[in-house]
Amino acid sequence: MFQNGFQPRRVVVTGMGIACPLGLGVEHVWKRMLAGDSGIASIQSFDTSALPARIAGQIPAGVRADGGLDINEWIPIKDQKKMDRFIQLALVAAGEAVEDSGWAPQDEESRCRTGVMIGSGIGGLETIHEAAQLAVSGKSKRISPFFIPSALINLASGQVSIKYGFKGPNHSVVTACATGVHALGDAARLIALGDAEVMVAGGAEAAVCELGVAGFCAARALSTGYNDTPTAASRPWDEGRDGFVMGEGAGVLVLEELEHAKARGAKIYAEVIGYGMSGDAYHITAPAEGHEGAFRAMKAALASAKVTPAEVQYVNAHGTSTPLGDDLELEAVERLWGDAAKGLAMSSTKSAVGHLLGAAGAVEGIFSILAIRDKVAPPTLNLEKPSRESAIDRVALQAQPRRIEVALSNSFGFGGTNASIVFRAAP
Amino acid sequence: MSDTAEKVKKIVVEHLGVEEAKVTPEASFIDDLGADSLDTVELVMAFEEAFGVEIPDDAAEKITTVKDAIDYIEKQKGE
Repeated sequence: MFQNGFQPRRVVVTGMGIACPLGLGVEHVWKRMLAGDSGIASIQSFDTSALPARIAGQIPAGVRADGGLDINEWIPIKDQKKMDRFIQLALVAAGEAVEDSGWAPQDEESRCRTGVMIGSGIGGLETIHEAAQLAVSGKSKRISPFFIPSALINLASGQVSIKYGFKGPNHSVVTACATGVHALGDAARLIALGDAEVMVAGGAEAAVCELGVAGFCAARALSTGYNDTPTAASRPWDEGRDGFVMGEGAGVLVLEELEHAKARGAKIYAEVIGYGMSGDAYHITAPAEGHEGAFRAMKAALASAKVTPAEVQYVNAHGTSTPLGDDLELEAVERLWGDAAKGLAMSSTKSAVGHLLGAAGAVEGIFSILAIRDKVAPPTLNLEKPSRESAIDRVALQAQPRRIEVALSNSFGFGGTNASIVFRAAP
Repeated sequence: MSDTAEKVKKIVVEHLGVEEAKVTPEASFIDDLGADSLDTVELVMAFEEAFGVEIPDDAAEKITTVKDAIDYIEKQKGE
């Protein structure tokens, strides 16, 4: 985790939870992912007729037992109005992750050594929209006392800590679409440095609302050519790609100091062995030439993991399905991997779930860990004709069994922020 | 029970997620019905909306029980 000789503590993953357009539950979602299912569909939650993009990845309704979301199963009705949907989704994913980890601190010291770091790219946009409508119609006095705590990004961490009594570091990340990776990496560092023994970390996003879709449409970021064939819209690296598809959801991981996890006999999914960050200092939305910021983030992550590119068998790409970004990321990976590129598998799981913005890095971290666990690379759906050839196997259309011991996951955000995280099979 | 009392009770049950039987006239929102200070602010706003009355902050602070709310609203509506 460090390059300067300091001997940090080792950090492992002992719990995972997910809510995404393929449904609820890590195993349920992973099974659908490997089967090549898509979670992209027409938006039904609001009227999209005036917008050029009318599709998104939204969490299927249903009951938990069937992999669907019924928020009443997770949060008491009276509390639901106190939190925007992104916080509700964070609680759902955290609920699964905490349960999965078996970590339930019984004494004050253990509670104080357990922290939370869940971020979001955008936060409570729908809540802000609703309150703004009251304000513009002269009804500011009708704004709910829960408006601010419902919209604030760090309230995802706050609500999770309140529910479980986790009294350690309570922190949050806001780095647009790099949020999820930054949350995992920063939380792992807090454990490595001794600030906590356990961190509940990840990202949550629920920006598939009128303002969110209209805003990304205005930035010309979204796919608009596949409104009638939603499952074909997210097509990373394919020559027919025309923008990303928004998705909602949350991914939460329980990160834990290795000896702490071993002492309580916890199931260990993987080890967090590397983390790298960089800034483009270039443009508010466009990646720099050659995606050199991404190159440096990946290089730093591999250096801190003390592995060479040849030792990494799988990359979960940022790969959003935008005309510019996809090939630039590919170029950066090719440059860093060099001759080792021909042994590498790299896929974009956004092809199935869309772009979960601030939740993307956490959800894709989970997919990377499962790729290691099950020795299989998840597919890049809709990659029928790549716009550019590459020695890297981009796992087109179908999942591939592969020997995967080490995986790297990328997330890049508006503002020119880049983050990469590296996982290794459980020690 | 008056119409106002019935309506107040219904609002309290909905907003605080408590059992109807617990919403007695003497019940305190904070001590008996599990509300916090933000819940009581929201509750007063819900009364204003439902009964079309204005409840200024200094009056709202004195509304701590179900009966306080019913009395205040009936007085306002009576005037």
